[in-house]
Amino acid sequence: MPIIINGAAVSLPDDPRVSLLDLLREYLHLAGTKMGCNQGACGACTVLVDGERIISCLALAVQYEGRAITTVEGLATGGDLHPLQRAFIEHDGFQCGYCTPGQICSAIGMAAELERGLPSHVTADLLLDEILASREELAERMSGNLCRCGAHNGIMDAIAATFIHTETSRSTGPDSAEAAA
Amino acid sequence: MNLLDQAKQAVQGMAQAVMTKAVALAPDSWVPGGQPDPLMHSKHGLIGAPVSRLDGPLKVTGKAAFAAEFPLPDMVYAALAYSTIAKGRIRSLDIARAEKAPGVVLVMTHHNAPRLQPPPLFLSEEKAAAGDNLPVMQDDRIHWNGQPIALILAGTQEQADHAASLIRATYIEEDAQISIAAARAEGTTQSQFMGQPLHNESGDAEAALAEAPFKVDATYTTPRHNHNPIELHAVTLFWQGGVLRVHDAQQLVTHSAFTLSRVFDIPEEKVIITSPYVGGGFGSKSLWQHHILAAAAARMAGRPVRLMLSREGVYRIVGGRSPTEQRVALGATADGKLTALIHSGLTVKTPHNAMPEPFILPTRSAYAADNILLDVRHVELDMLGNTFMRAPGEAVGTFALESAMDELAEKLGMDPIELRLRNEPEKDPTSGLPFSARHIAQAWRTGAERFGWHRRKPVPGTVREGEWLVGMGCATATYPYYRMPGGAARLTLTSDGHVTVDVAVHEMGMGTATVQSQVTAERLGLSIDMIRFNYGDSTLPGLIMAGGSQQTAATGASILAAYDALKKELVALAGNSSPLAGLKPDEVGSRDAGLCKLDEPDRYDSYAAILGRARREEVRVEASPPPPLETMHWSMHSHGAMFCEARVNIVTGEPRISRFLGSFDCGRILNPKTAASQFRGGIIMGLGLALMEETQFDERKGRIMNANLADYHVPVHLDVPEIDVIWTDIPDPHTPMGARGVGEIGITGTGAAVANAIYNATGKRIRDLPITLDKLL
Amino acid sequence: MTPFTYARASDVPDAVRLASLEATKYLGGGTNLVDLMRETIERPEALVDVTGLSAAIEDHQGGLLIGAAARNTALAEHRMVRETYPVLARAILSGASAQVRNMATVGGNLLQRTRCAYFYDPEGSRCNKRSPGEGCDAVGGFNRMHAILGASSACIATHPSDMCVALAALDALIHVQGPAGERTVALTDLHRLPADRPDLDSTLEPGELITAVALPSLPTGAHSTYRKVRDRASYAFALVSVGAVLAVEDGIITDVRIALGGVAHKPWRASTAEAALRGRQATPENFRAAAEAELLDAQPLRDNGFKVPLAIRTITATLGELTGENA
Repeated sequence: MPIIINGAAVSLPDDPRVSLLDLLREYLHLAGTKMGCNQGACGACTVLVDGERIISCLALAVQYEGRAITTVEGLATGGDLHPLQRAFIEHDGFQCGYCTPGQICSAIGMAAELERGLPSHVTADLLLDEILASREELAERMSGNLCRCGAHNGIMDAIAATFIHTETSRSTGPDSAEAAA
Repeated sequence: MNLLDQAKQAVQGMAQAVMTKAVALAPDSWVPGGQPDPLMHSKHGLIGAPVSRLDGPLKVTGKAAFAAEFPLPDMVYAALAYSTIAKGRIRSLDIARAEKAPGVVLVMTHHNAPRLQPPPLFLSEEKAAAGDNLPVMQDDRIHWNGQPIALILAGTQEQADHAASLIRATYIEEDAQISIAAARAEGTTQSQFMGQPLHNESGDAEAALAEAPFKVDATYTTPRHNHNPIELHAVTLFWQGGVLRVHDAQQLVTHSAFTLSRVFDIPEEKVIITSPYVGGGFGSKSLWQHHILAAAAARMAGRPVRLMLSREGVYRIVGGRSPTEQRVALGATADGKLTALIHSGLTVKTPHNAMPEPFILPTRSAYAADNILLDVRHVELDMLGNTFMRAPGEAVGTFALESAMDELAEKLGMDPIELRLRNEPEKDPTSGLPFSARHIAQAWRTGAERFGWHRRKPVPGTVREGEWLVGMGCATATYPYYRMPGGAARLTLTSDGHVTVDVAVHEMGMGTATVQSQVTAERLGLSIDMIRFNYGDSTLPGLIMAGGSQQTAATGASILAAYDALKKELVALAGNSSPLAGLKPDEVGSRDAGLCKLDEPDRYDSYAAILGRARREEVRVEASPPPPLETMHWSMHSHGAMFCEARVNIVTGEPRISRFLGSFDCGRILNPKTAASQFRGGIIMGLGLALMEETQFDERKGRIMNANLADYHVPVHLDVPEIDVIWTDIPDPHTPMGARGVGEIGITGTGAAVANAIYNATGKRIRDLPITLDKLL
Repeated sequence: MTPFTYARASDVPDAVRLASLEATKYLGGGTNLVDLMRETIERPEALVDVTGLSAAIEDHQGGLLIGAAARNTALAEHRMVRETYPVLARAILSGASAQVRNMATVGGNLLQRTRCAYFYDPEGSRCNKRSPGEGCDAVGGFNRMHAILGASSACIATHPSDMCVALAALDALIHVQGPAGERTVALTDLHRLPADRPDLDSTLEPGELITAVALPSLPTGAHSTYRKVRDRASYAFALVSVGAVLAVEDGIITDVRIALGGVAHKPWRASTAEAALRGRQATPENFRAAAEAELLDAQPLRDNGFKVPLAIRTITATLGELTGENA
């Protein structure tokens, strides 16, 4: 059985040591998924497997036979950016851009987790069916994706603007950082 | 450093001192920046517009290609093996199993590596880029724990990594100097930075301190840090007809190309480095051994090579920030006037580099005090060469200085902002130069108001919310304006009105292409989509590193010089039938895709018309700006007023930051969207410095023990509050565009603002970074 | 990574049969094992993928039976876990990152290996856990993260799992199947103290596979929670963590179970503290006295002395939280 990458069937590598990340980057030349540590400590390699976010560096590709993988290259449809990709540009949710594909894939998986009511470490009441998507909730849920340039505020703004319709973002985004003069 | 190098540095320093004096006394108009850049007043155009990053669509779709993302035919993958001792010789190196491992193409060690020249050390000459000047894999000598001892090439990364793990080395160990205390006992050395001693003295500071009615005298320590850009250091490179082509992650393309050419003893133009996207650098993406080893192996194997360091590999061969131990002693009168200012201490470097962490730099221009003593000394250890990391000197120096100011304010019973304002100098306290622009008082006032500073309780430990003690703290941020020599840019204007800018600069997330396209479009009277900005390529003009927060100014000055050349060329081409006929180049400026007389905008001729009449398809000019004498004529610094609200858990001691505001005075802000991100990015790295970052160097073996992102903590999303940033936006009349750099200032002052807020929350004064919970229990 | 063969197990007997060769490892989500293999700390010649085995989470004798292949996220998300065993849901949710929890299996989490930096440095540091008898560089090195309870001169490593701390507090039973058949082992007996064999993390026999985890029912009126203290707000291992179950009637403690993370080579069941509390008044003073009694035998190292007061404070506060109205 092949593995499905962004809708296309791909055969598995012969060497079982090949991680899903290396399969993407080195065998398929889908380099949008990034390697930041290869140790599960940074989240740059986050992809979606049947809609769930995982880190592809510690995933042996052979384990994902028959599964549907979505990478950052598979998010835009028909030439249109995914709304979250647009929001990342609008809210300056990146600087160097290296952790960005991981942040974006992670946020899409995170939004689905939030939607289905999965609690997080900071959720006060584990039994609520609907979780208020506070800034703290979003930040905790995205904490598996490191950013060293310090685009955290912009990332939160982009995520809130894309997925959170009930709560307006409280952040002073770049556009509202008015001059004090 | 050997004696010859020291002598050279001393001579350089002396010549520089004479030069400095002459430039300081010269009339303003003789000095670059003497005439304000007209663009600094541009209010409604592209300057100051929050333009989204032009490369944004590429980055959010994963299409921006980083160094390790160029697949080449026949390419092989590299892996490194590293030494496990700090000093000695390799006794034996067993590579037999590695050579026989599946897929292995080459095992390179000091036995078979090609003969190479040692790389010229950064700052040792104009274009040098190397982190140290040790020979690379040329002999059996080990200089630090983690030095590469072998390189493997194999068909896949998995094969290369496996083969590297099969290499076995034995060593003849020698006594290594890896303990700071032991090295210090043998004596310390006066530190030099960029050819000048890190020492300033005026009056008798110790005597003044002894006599001062109010004083603080304390020692502050900061640990080693690593940059940890999320992109691993990587090269994809190949040799083609004697030319070395390198896809790199690089913040000094031109310097690094030159340095590689020296190592391989080939002409400079035979090395071409391209680096269009850099996944973060912060000072770390210069030239290190992996460049040289990969290029040597590629030549031996005759195949393209990809070498992407492992995360551990980055810690083993890319230097970080050195630890410091700093004494700050302040003496003051009852009304808060500083009478003595002492900032001195110790840092470490290696015998093979020239980078003592210059932590007194921020203090040189900080406060008016009659008696000043600033001094940095160092010891040399057998370790990986330390290097420049975001705001070298200022990041850790401001932690000590601004913590001490807070301590003094408390002793005086004075508001810490008021104490700072009372010691505002009228001219630079150590150089005596006038300030080019200094509006720190305004930054303090607007910042304090916006942050709600008046709500701060001066008595520590008095505000509690549930399990959390809450406090506010502040500190001054500061970073100098730099512009390094060697800038140049090429402008090509085509008859359809497009302009191409060619300049060898870098994009590590600063928004270089976006901001420089804005500036160029505004300068030439074009819309931004008429500009094509080429960068990140060592074959382009200019020697402009992405460092010292100087890239924007250096690029701006280079494009300004090229623009002046372009005007000259166009005025000459315009001919007698042009409305511009008879005008001198400096009488004309740009608007609406053409030139006009500055004080008579109706005398206008479009670029298209000028080129059309002259039957020219294009006009191409290249020019260099004058040397950066402005920094010897004025004291040029950015400032910020940093405000922090910290919370400390009364049960566990956990410190968390709930609010932060940076109020900056950095000249004209060219793009508020990208500048805000730069400010915030610096502040967030500063939160890491304050609360969690520490490279653990085991002094028993000289080995870094937390060489990974799980154990070296950087802030995660949940550590980062919403960070408010504001700015004065007052142009500096003596810089290109009126702007000063914004990339590094955010990390300065932040550590002290956090420490001061934690003190206000708890009454605990932590003088040893990082401020982890065990220090607060 | 050393070359290995890969096979997928179709059922438990198949897995046990496939694993009968030497140097075979069971593979769950890979979040720890693949990392250790890449570091060459683990060098299995064969991997048997057991993620296809039972991941069911079912009612079982008033409690729950959790298939070992259940993902960490699925367990934390399960309605009954959130309602009845909040200590478990909270422990899991405080561990690693969302991505890692989506991959990691319950069985794999149980067998996580230590994060000791010297254990993780096979080239440059000595470690008795990796190479028995070679010595321990952590003892005289950076040991801020290391054990204060139950360590030995051979090993001061800590167990990194949050989930296991909760399972220890819940008296979980581990179902195991191996070449010699099935057995169950108490979670508190699954992991070992290092003594002179730190290379052995658990009491499992070669080839034994964890198939399920059984959670017994809790006494009526019991509340539970988990508190984790760490150096950054998220995505960090515990300095100290406390999993606690507490039942109080008329101010008297009728049942209490406390387990600590980040302090020992195994999830540390605080039985001294429990004994001191059972039948006593549920007051902060008693909580504190019990916590202090538990830590009486602590042996701090150069860098981790703070863990003693931290553990005492965290135990006290966690029990206090469970007596509060919202617990």
